[in-house]
Amino acid sequence: MKTVIHYIRSLFLLELFKGMSVTGRYLFRKKFTLNYPEEKAPVSPRFRGLHAQRRYPNGEERCIACKLCEAVCPANAITIEAAPREDGSRRTTRYDIDLFKCIFCGFCEESCPVDAIVETRLYEYHFEDTDKAAGNYIMTKEKLLAMGDKYEAQLAEDRAAQAKYR
Amino acid sequence: MSDQQTITIEVDGKKLEATPGQMLIEVTDAAGITVPRFCYHKKLSVAANCRMCLVEVENAPKPLPACATPVADGMKAWTCSPLARQAQKGTMEFLLINHPLDCPICDQGGECELQDVAMGFGGGLSRFVEGKRAVKSEDIGPLIATDMTRCIHCTRCVRFGDEIAGVREMGATGRGEHMKIGVYVEHAVASELSGNIIDLCPVGALTSKPFRYQARAWELTTHDSIAAHDGVGSNIHVHVRNHQVMRVVPKDNEAVNETWLSDRDRFSYQALYSEDRLEKPLMRKNGGLAPVEWQEALLEAATVLKGADADRLGALASPSATLEELHLLRRLLAGLGSNNMDTRLGQGDFRSADPAVPWLGQKFAEVENNQAVLLIGSWLRKDQPLLNHRVRKAALAGGKVMAINPLDYDFNFTLDSKVVCAPSAMAQALAGVAAALGADTCGLPAEAVSQQKAMAANLKNAEQGLVLLGSVAQSHPDFCLLRRLAANIAEAAGVSLGFVGDGANSTGAAMLAARAETGLSVEGMLEQGLDACLLLNVEPEYDSAHPQAMNALLGKAKVVALVTHLSPWLEAQADIVLPIAAFLETAGSLVNIQGDIQSFNGTARPVGEARPAWKVLRVLGNLADIEGFDYESVTDVLDEVMKVLTDVHPDNQMPQADAPEARLADSDLQRIGGTPLYHTDMLVRRAQALQHTPDAWKACLLVNPELAQALGLEDGDSVVLRQDSGELTLPLGVDERVPGNCVWMPTGVPGSELLGKGFGAVSLEKA
Repeated sequence: MKTVIHYIRSLFLLELFKGMSVTGRYLFRKKFTLNYPEEKAPVSPRFRGLHAQRRYPNGEERCIACKLCEAVCPANAITIEAAPREDGSRRTTRYDIDLFKCIFCGFCEESCPVDAIVETRLYEYHFEDTDKAAGNYIMTKEKLLAMGDKYEAQLAEDRAAQAKYR
Repeated sequence: MSDQQTITIEVDGKKLEATPGQMLIEVTDAAGITVPRFCYHKKLSVAANCRMCLVEVENAPKPLPACATPVADGMKAWTCSPLARQAQKGTMEFLLINHPLDCPICDQGGECELQDVAMGFGGGLSRFVEGKRAVKSEDIGPLIATDMTRCIHCTRCVRFGDEIAGVREMGATGRGEHMKIGVYVEHAVASELSGNIIDLCPVGALTSKPFRYQARAWELTTHDSIAAHDGVGSNIHVHVRNHQVMRVVPKDNEAVNETWLSDRDRFSYQALYSEDRLEKPLMRKNGGLAPVEWQEALLEAATVLKGADADRLGALASPSATLEELHLLRRLLAGLGSNNMDTRLGQGDFRSADPAVPWLGQKFAEVENNQAVLLIGSWLRKDQPLLNHRVRKAALAGGKVMAINPLDYDFNFTLDSKVVCAPSAMAQALAGVAAALGADTCGLPAEAVSQQKAMAANLKNAEQGLVLLGSVAQSHPDFCLLRRLAANIAEAAGVSLGFVGDGANSTGAAMLAARAETGLSVEGMLEQGLDACLLLNVEPEYDSAHPQAMNALLGKAKVVALVTHLSPWLEAQADIVLPIAAFLETAGSLVNIQGDIQSFNGTARPVGEARPAWKVLRVLGNLADIEGFDYESVTDVLDEVMKVLTDVHPDNQMPQADAPEARLADSDLQRIGGTPLYHTDMLVRRAQALQHTPDAWKACLLVNPELAQALGLEDGDSVVLRQDSGELTLPLGVDERVPGNCVWMPTGVPGSELLGKGFGAVSLEKA
């Protein structure tokens, strides 16, 4: 019996027509392809792009140098040096993320107790110089804070939208 | 009754042996059964106030605290039964009610007992929604940072002050919710052992100030080493991050430092990274020191040493240099035909031969059992804090501790009796005790007053006793006489004689010297002068007992210095300066004053181009074409040292010789020297935090208030002190501890290099 069914199927090319029907269906649908960079795909509020460091609304940096992100980083991409600031508070004197090492897993963001280190929606960036000595691929504290300042509105909105899931 | 009666108890179904009187927690700790605790500490009394160690005990109506429950025969206890677990969980919840959740900014985070125990024994969620309390933190000095809101009132720090440090500085005020731990009146904690409360504190209330926010526990790698600032040779853990020493904590060794560490050993690491640390070899060019390459500096150093007349070539080494360094230095000199080497820079008298190998005369553990201890010229509490702790235990157990000192040094126990007299009268005071014992008084008048008779009787009646000569006695110009008298007293009373040398390896240096040919002593070199002088980790202006003579010596000689830091005198007078690795950066061995040879490895990378001193000496030996200098590792050197030291043991036996006459004459005004505890060596002098403690030397000349009044001077007046050809202007301070006709101006402190020896006639007048 099995052989008979198999014989009929191959005779009428049933499998082929099945496949062709999928192709045919998509042929007349709206196209997925985007004309990047003129067109862009929507980005999730959970997107893990380039890093930033946030500040509180009063301008105080959030990071307290607890070093949990440094400890959790699976790629050892984060380097932190800490010291008491003039007012006695615990602050970083150095906060570097090596973007060549970073695997954008987002663990740093998850481990941060004060939402200081975050990942923005930004994925379009490049280094003009890969020279190690120039250190362009290092996100320093200054660069991170500048990123945070620039995208704060978006960052705050994303965090608020995701608050109930965290 | 047999003294080692054992009983059997059952914990968690396991049969355990115990001795009556032991607390349950001691038995479980010995058996490796975990019972959570905060207030219990094996070296402190039982407080039982944290309630964390509650366990279930058979027939007890409620869970009992394991730290305060004595064991009984047939007792059955469960440490993790549902009842015990519930009790522990409840306690934990209460402890966390007022504990802030600021672990991310707390330095204890990652090594916190509260975190660990909360993780293991606490509930997952807090039901507490009310406001937490906050407590103001006090500034208690440059060593310890406080965050008292985090305090859980275990009172370990309070009990430590009471029971170990011997100064009740911290205490609890208020009760219940309002209980606060503090220092009563805001002031810096002045104990020389204060750093230990950082280790004791189970939470982040007391943390290390120099280490504040520098690193996390998980970033640090731990290496074992030996502390090199006093004769105890405390065992330490060195915590290193990125090849840099981040902090030092004690390592348990019951025979040496128990679980404690002195502040000097704990915080001296700061000096490794001080601004004036030497990073490159220097050579004198056109009058000034200029940085050069190692090759050039080493070749020049070898040329200088080879070129010198062997009789006029000498070496001065720090008494904290390792056995390996001292051995290589001695071999290097011997290869060049000279035996002039000495480490006894602080010794004030060389007129008669030293004991074979001076040492403590007892093991540290034995010191605790002394029934009488006579301290001669010793501020033991500050000079050797952990040895003093043993003497304190003896005193608390009823031992009688007596002192003959040129200053009324304060101790953290009550002295049975003391003689405080001008330095010139110390020999006479000792002779009085000797006379009362019927011993030879070395030609001094044999009269004993009642106090000296009492001292003699205490020593005579003691089953075990100790006569201890301290570092002040050692720098005394009549040290040989004091030593002879002390030996006579010890012999007549049938007690031990002990020496507390300078540095961390004075006993080791003496062991090596005992097997070497005798050359010139420090005094001989200073008198005769040298053509070439090799310094090993010596800061000549502060380490020498006679700075002026040292200055003259360096001025005339070609100086090759192997040092970690550059001092002003070396900058002015050294010809070649070679940067060497400091004690935590090099491997070696030290012999403490109880005679233990303790080896250690390097823990951190030497700063800049600094190299371990033993390697530098080896290369100098090679360049000087001395045979057998091809050591490949420090253990090769140690093997050779151990061969040399076969059959050399600590031995305080002195050659029977006539005691020299007293040469320190009574004068109108005498100087009292001695080196304050935070000025004893090159590193300690540069440890910033230590220099800001109350124990650091305050730049002033201390006299008795009565003398100040007689001279028409007031506290704070600027005065000029003249000694020999030197003079020094400093503010005057008054201190009742100073005897009538004396001025306390220590050695080893800034300004002391302008003066002569630590003891002698001086004059004082208003500036």
